[in-house]
Amino acid sequence: MNKKNLREEIVLRAGVNPKKCMKCGKCSGTCPAYDEMEYHPHQFVNMVDTGDIEPLLNSESLYKCLTCFACVERCPRGVEPAKLIEAVRLSAIRKQGANRMTPNDVPAFVDEDTPQQLLVSAFRKYTK
Amino acid sequence: MQRIGVFVCWCGSNIAGTVDVKAVAQALKLEPGVVFSTDYQYMCSQAGQNMIIDAVKEHNLTGIVVCSCSPRMHEATFRKTAAAAGLNPYMVEIANIREQCSWVHKEMPIGTEKAIILGKAAVAKVNLNTPLTPGESPVTKRALVIGGGIAGIQTALDIADAGFPVDIVETKPTIGGKMAQLDKTFPTLDCAACILTPKMVDVAQHDKIRIFSYSEVTEVKGFVGNFDVTIKKKARFVDETKCTGCGDCVDKCPMKKNPNEFNMGMDNRSAIYIPFAQAVPKVATIDAGACTMLKKGKCGLCSKVCGAGAIDYTQKDQFIEEKYGAIVVATGFNPISMDKFDEYAYSQSKDVITSLEFERLTNAAGPTQGKLLRPSDGKHPHKIVFVQCVGSRCASCAEKGKEYCSKICCMYTAKHAMLTRDKYPDTEVYVFYIDVRTPGKNFDEFYRRAVEEYGVNYIKGMVGKITPEGDVLKVQASDLISNKQLHIDADLVVLAAAIEPDKSARPLATMLTASMDTNDFFTEAHPKLRPVESPTAGVFLSGACQGPKDIPETVSQAGAAASKVIGLLCKDKLTGNPCVASSNEMMCNGCSSCERVCPYGAITYTDKEFRMPDRTTQVRRVASVNPAVCQGCGCCTVACPSGAMDLRGFANNQIMAEVDAICK
Repeated sequence: MNKKNLREEIVLRAGVNPKKCMKCGKCSGTCPAYDEMEYHPHQFVNMVDTGDIEPLLNSESLYKCLTCFACVERCPRGVEPAKLIEAVRLSAIRKQGANRMTPNDVPAFVDEDTPQQLLVSAFRKYTK
Repeated sequence: MQRIGVFVCWCGSNIAGTVDVKAVAQALKLEPGVVFSTDYQYMCSQAGQNMIIDAVKEHNLTGIVVCSCSPRMHEATFRKTAAAAGLNPYMVEIANIREQCSWVHKEMPIGTEKAIILGKAAVAKVNLNTPLTPGESPVTKRALVIGGGIAGIQTALDIADAGFPVDIVETKPTIGGKMAQLDKTFPTLDCAACILTPKMVDVAQHDKIRIFSYSEVTEVKGFVGNFDVTIKKKARFVDETKCTGCGDCVDKCPMKKNPNEFNMGMDNRSAIYIPFAQAVPKVATIDAGACTMLKKGKCGLCSKVCGAGAIDYTQKDQFIEEKYGAIVVATGFNPISMDKFDEYAYSQSKDVITSLEFERLTNAAGPTQGKLLRPSDGKHPHKIVFVQCVGSRCASCAEKGKEYCSKICCMYTAKHAMLTRDKYPDTEVYVFYIDVRTPGKNFDEFYRRAVEEYGVNYIKGMVGKITPEGDVLKVQASDLISNKQLHIDADLVVLAAAIEPDKSARPLATMLTASMDTNDFFTEAHPKLRPVESPTAGVFLSGACQGPKDIPETVSQAGAAASKVIGLLCKDKLTGNPCVASSNEMMCNGCSSCERVCPYGAITYTDKEFRMPDRTTQVRRVASVNPAVCQGCGCCTVACPSGAMDLRGFANNQIMAEVDAICK
């Protein structure tokens, strides 16, 4: 898939328009996972917009996003960075065999305090 | 039968680029009534206008069709041309082949075809045009200025200096507005009070200016040159003519715990108060909600100490009716509420303040006598974070902020940062910005001085969140240039809140039938060419009620509005618009539909005697239109079920002829 098609696919899947970004950086400013990330939310938006998506697909940053939606809530322009990150993540794990999680991995995570919802959401995020 | 001349304008390449103007002229020559048809590069130029005048004389024209730009642009020009040629100005029709044709089409054949159709419609209409003569109405030579901030003050002074009486209506107990609350003004750092209060005194002493403070406009009737306005003077329970402003009552009043609006609620005032030392008029006002005498009938101390006997607990709201020729709106702005910006903890911490509050904190007449102290514990802050664009440029959060740029924040934040560093060099100052916008005379130089000479840290990136922890404010933000997350323990955070029009503007616009945009800023008659006039005749705009503005811009706009008002009040009579509705009494069935839809109250019903065909007399209820009030909107012609209402210059048969010509 070429660069332009990939950008369009991701934008379509995310349902948001990265062109609306005014580069204020409030998404990164508000992000609780910032320090874990190689590419920060505001960079994500810019890289998707310019079609520079390959480095994102190969970056661990995709899995560091907590999907807490703080950036979505606070973005003054309605760009909703978390939705773009989710869309890029789906591009990565929808490739054959790219699952980040299998049912075998689950028991290791489970203890009394783990909410079921967490497992459901992890499966949604990390499997095809 | 009319003898019509058609003049097709190229508008350089604006029209000629997508419309074959020669083909249009040729095609329209064949239309009924057309005896002459031509094209020219710029019809509105002197040469173009002379061409029309010559053609009228040479071909004995009785009507003119100009195929050119929108009638909003040059209809008046060509009507004057017609008058110069000896024709009635209302025998001119404009076919808009620019905005509605050449600018919206890309291909020549389509553009040309549409231009011909529009031209045919105009020709069909002119065939039915009749000469119209406008009526005249007198002008009341007095102006009303609504709002007593710097905008209203400047407008009132300029109008009064030209010799016309002016009334200022101000809702607060004193004039002065927001500027009176400021400490210093950018970019020259003059003290706001030093340059404003002399102007306030000028207003008070001017023999042509009356101030209605603590008052509101409650009703506006009439039209340009003849407005009837009702002003409510709210009861302040103090006789303005007796009060000397000595302040004895203020000192003695026992009810001292009321938030002081003038200091943004950062300290308290008594129930009877004078907003600030230089207030104009310097007269005390009783806050009826806080005074125990007014609430419970107990106390009366102020009355006892008042040497002038000015206190009057029985005072009632007073309604004053006055006539005006022109009305200037100068209702100004307010910072938006910060309550919904949870991420900035404004409601959680006293040390997160707005810029206007910061202004009061640094003002010598403010709650701290000008010492920069934290509201929570009165300590001197050593680390201050300024956050720009809070609520401005906020497209996705209509319930929280505003989509527009508030324009003044970049400059006042630079001022605050610079002054803080100047006065307290031991303070670290951070400014978080998205863009620094400093287009103004000496503005960018000012901002650069803050960075280069005063060592203010400007950081590109919006603050993400602020969390109060102990006695510090944890500020988390992303530095986008060095791509690093910053965590700053600030002592004080200052939010540059977006500004919005005053809440009184919307109901006022309804009273004035003046239009507003979706943000409740008043709309100007033309964004470039008529920036200080409202589309409603006789209503003018001054200051931030029309859009965010700094002081230099406000003062220049205030002067511009004044000059427009003076131009209006200089006239003894106004020429009206002859394109008004009229009712055919023989067809009117007295149903009142037109009266109900008329937005201007121009239609009344009267009982009239009519001679009937059988020689009897019958009394019938019929509509009549006041041509001075009618604005020619045409609502009544549409509402009238019997077709009795018609609009001169836009008669039903003329519009049908246009439709026929288009559909042919």
